[in-house]
Amino acid sequence: MGKITREDVAYVASLAQLSLTPDVQDRLVKEMGDILQYMDKLNELDTANIEPTIHALAMTNVFRDDVVGPSLDREQAFMNAPKSDGEYFLVPKILDTE
Amino acid sequence: MEYEPVIGLEVHVELNTRSKVFCSCSTNFHAEPNTNVCPICLGMPGVLPVMNRAVVDAAIMVGLAMNCTVSKWSKMDRKNYFYPDLPKNYQISQYDLPLCYGGHLEVAVDGRLHRIGITRVHIEEDTARNVHTIGGGDSGIDFNRSTIPLLEIVSEPDIHSAQEAFCYLTALKQILQYLKVSDCNMEEGSLRAEANISIRPAGSEKLGVKTEVKNVASFSGTFKAIEYEIARQTRALEAGEKIVQETRGWDADRAITFSQRTKESAHDYRYFPEPDLVPIAVDDAWIDRIQARMPELPRARFLRFQEQYGLSPYDAGVLTSTIGMANYFEETVDAGAPPKQAANWIMGDLQALLTERKIGIEDCNASPRKLADMIGLIDNDTISGKIAKELLPEMVETGLAPKALIDQKGLVQISDETALLDAVRLVIGANPGPVADYRGGKKQAFGFLVGQVMKATKGKANPKLVNEILQRELSRE
Amino acid sequence: MTMPKKLNNLTAHEIRDTLRAGSLTATQIAEAYFRRIAEVDPKVLAYVDVWRDYGLAQADKIDQAVRRGEDPGPLAGVPIGLKDVLCTRQGYTTCCSKILKGYRSPFDATVVERLEAAGGVFLGKLNMDEFAMGSSTENSSVQVTRNPWNLKCVPGGSSGGSAAAVAADECVLSLGSDTGGSIRQPAALCGCVGMKPTYGRVSRYGLVAFASSLDQIGPFTKDVEDLAIALNVMCGRDCHDSTSADLPVPDFTKSLRQDVADITIGLPKEYYTDALNAEMREKIEGAIAVLEKLGAKVVEVSLPHTDYAIACYYIICTAEASANLARFDGVRYGYRSPSSGDVHDMYSNTKTEGFGPEVKRRIMLGTYVLSSGYYDAYYLKAQKVRSLIRRDFLDAFEKCDVILAPTSPTAAFEIGEKTADPLEMYLSDIYTISVNLATIPGMSMPCGLTKRGLPAGLQIMSKPFNEETMLRVAYTYEKNRGFEMGQPPIGARAR
Repeated sequence: MGKITREDVAYVASLAQLSLTPDVQDRLVKEMGDILQYMDKLNELDTANIEPTIHALAMTNVFRDDVVGPSLDREQAFMNAPKSDGEYFLVPKILDTE
Repeated sequence: MEYEPVIGLEVHVELNTRSKVFCSCSTNFHAEPNTNVCPICLGMPGVLPVMNRAVVDAAIMVGLAMNCTVSKWSKMDRKNYFYPDLPKNYQISQYDLPLCYGGHLEVAVDGRLHRIGITRVHIEEDTARNVHTIGGGDSGIDFNRSTIPLLEIVSEPDIHSAQEAFCYLTALKQILQYLKVSDCNMEEGSLRAEANISIRPAGSEKLGVKTEVKNVASFSGTFKAIEYEIARQTRALEAGEKIVQETRGWDADRAITFSQRTKESAHDYRYFPEPDLVPIAVDDAWIDRIQARMPELPRARFLRFQEQYGLSPYDAGVLTSTIGMANYFEETVDAGAPPKQAANWIMGDLQALLTERKIGIEDCNASPRKLADMIGLIDNDTISGKIAKELLPEMVETGLAPKALIDQKGLVQISDETALLDAVRLVIGANPGPVADYRGGKKQAFGFLVGQVMKATKGKANPKLVNEILQRELSRE
Repeated sequence: MTMPKKLNNLTAHEIRDTLRAGSLTATQIAEAYFRRIAEVDPKVLAYVDVWRDYGLAQADKIDQAVRRGEDPGPLAGVPIGLKDVLCTRQGYTTCCSKILKGYRSPFDATVVERLEAAGGVFLGKLNMDEFAMGSSTENSSVQVTRNPWNLKCVPGGSSGGSAAAVAADECVLSLGSDTGGSIRQPAALCGCVGMKPTYGRVSRYGLVAFASSLDQIGPFTKDVEDLAIALNVMCGRDCHDSTSADLPVPDFTKSLRQDVADITIGLPKEYYTDALNAEMREKIEGAIAVLEKLGAKVVEVSLPHTDYAIACYYIICTAEASANLARFDGVRYGYRSPSSGDVHDMYSNTKTEGFGPEVKRRIMLGTYVLSSGYYDAYYLKAQKVRSLIRRDFLDAFEKCDVILAPTSPTAAFEIGEKTADPLEMYLSDIYTISVNLATIPGMSMPCGLTKRGLPAGLQIMSKPFNEETMLRVAYTYEKNRGFEMGQPPIGARAR
């Protein structure tokens, strides 16, 4: 539909940390294009003076007290870890420094 | 070509609340890795954040101390990016509606006051800590630090030298320390500074291309890094090169900044309002409550100390450098000590003792009242200053009152004229040579004779009286 | 083997009465339902994990409490199924996604805790569209649940397993989640009762988030009385959820009375167009007629922004989902791709291999609409349109007490019929989506069978935090509709 290009799809995939094969990219160009074009419908509405719904409920100031509560024990913390040494969660070496 | 440096500083401060900002895990720094963690700060499925009220209180207090406007309505936002130290792969922060904005700080630089604008103070959560020394081709991640509360304090680009930056950071740290909201320890990471640095031709309004210098571990490191970066940019421009907008790290060993262009060169953070948290509405009553809890700030106290106690700017500066010392000083004066003497003892002998023993002044066993008593005992000639110098370490060590220690150790100085006369006569009798020297015009011999009297009385003789009596005796003949 | 008549097709309130009378034990009931699951689930495929030992242990505890003369709670002994989107310490919580296969939650969702404290007996976890994204349960990475009324058809989604399990008597009460209709639509397609409470009524703590500003947990039941009992247990402020409303929870069972004389029903003119399937329209109009005969007034109302709801919804929900699902990266839990590389490769391989195509599509859309240059045009715009849609409903409720509508434009469609075109699937959410955008409560209940023997669903909506009026209208209709739904055939022969 020309609405979204292959480059756009590739850029969005890198932002979203997804790696797409070429045929998936092609499929998404079409599907996303159709969906985004449908979403353009919203431009029919004049919303210049409308406040956005930033929060679903009209509530403010929900807080908790500064009280320490129980933490997980190490066993629970690492229960689902794909890789750990019992002290740290392990990932392939992070090359670029913080 | 004259270049003017233009510097803005971004400081991240870890708040010293008991629990984290969005969960109730402890913020205790010394815990074993991954023991202050829960499903929320681990970013597990199904969790939700709940805001710690004490964090908002601290943020408002810091904002007020920096003369900011506290926003009546602000919200949290999600800052989206992927990194292993970010468990949800988004950070809950504040984007377009920070809690505090539009303030300023008055900073003394080489005797002149500079006003540095504060763009904003906002709340966000800290990330986890990456550990690179695991071995086996892996990095380790410790989530104890994840979700620790941070305040981000951003200055306007009103800073124009490394020295000014250093003074700004010192003043900022001092205020935070007075407010007791953070340990402000750069080595431990509870205070982090990043500098945005650019240069422009002197007199020009337009801003140059800036670089961001990160990863500096101390204030002096920041000073050096900024100086280096200013020089580097100046050299580059003079050689006709362009400055690249990038992040640079500081290598303290080689004393240089180096490029840290990461894989994600363009950070599209896709900010949007955090739907799991509700807005923060601050009314005047809340601001008043915080204002009422605020201590007198460093600069105000510095000026008051000069005016109220007649202290010199130097003395006032040293005494107000920490809130602990300032409080200690005032309590000592309130307990009856003359300000100048109190100042001298605190800045001199007491501070030296505390430094040696690595104790903070708030933890000093010798209370202000006891110090005041000690000074009183000098003033009424019960002990000499010299004796007091020996007494003070005992007071700090044991926490005993000076009077009790004096009695215990028999340190009352000898002011009995008769006893002193005896001692003087004995010394004169035992030292014919020096006596003759003195009478023959050698003034130094007098000091020797005084020393002998002090020795004979085990240091307890009242030095003033010894002087008088010795003078009298030696001039008789 | 057929269930003994007394154990067949029980409701929660019947179980309550039975346990009190002592004529059955919780263990007997639980065992009967586990037998039922063994018998029919190979055909229905509602359950992804059955907790036989755990459920029987819970039932035993209830029986012991009853023997001690204690009150075991309002849901004592009630066999309950839980959508696999809810965190449970028992068993696994996978959201029917490969990326969470084998994941064990260290905590229970607040709702799960409340049901357990009320005496509920958990039978296991129920199938769903992966991460609640879908309208047919065909996006599950585990299996496709069948509609008990016609095994060739979908049960609806994303809470397809939850609806099918109640419809097939594989549990008495189940929990689902509703972001754009994921409780109401499967309830309609499977012929049971399902409600999405007002946003903020039920704690979301422990609900694996899809779209944070739209998600709510809700119950599937066999009748309206059970719905009221379940809501009493589930609703109420939770300090772990900042968006959980600090409002008192009424006793919803007090709404169980037949009285619509003071009720004005609103019919949105935008919903009753030629596009509405004729057979479905007939069923809805039949329901309205029943209520009119009992004294309810009917007025036409307008929801002028109806046509924009789907576009608005899919921008907001995909944007929020793209952030909510970012945490699934193989670092701390879940699937980690075995292929080597640096940390960023690990992320992209894990996500690419772990997420299904619909999830990936929505993450891509959500990332796009939030990205620099597009935020204002899409996300901000959609948030403004959301305000307009909400205002439509609040304006309409000035003129009426409840709004009645179809839940789904059609009855259950066949498996595979709509999977080719994602947009077409999205468009079928037309009647349910606005309710989530407006944050109001909505429910679906059966209003008949189509000629092909498939259930039709009537949707009732009411004002924010006014589930009571909705329940009263629903109860009145249920007691006066003049037909019984009967039992689903679950295969060739009816039992």
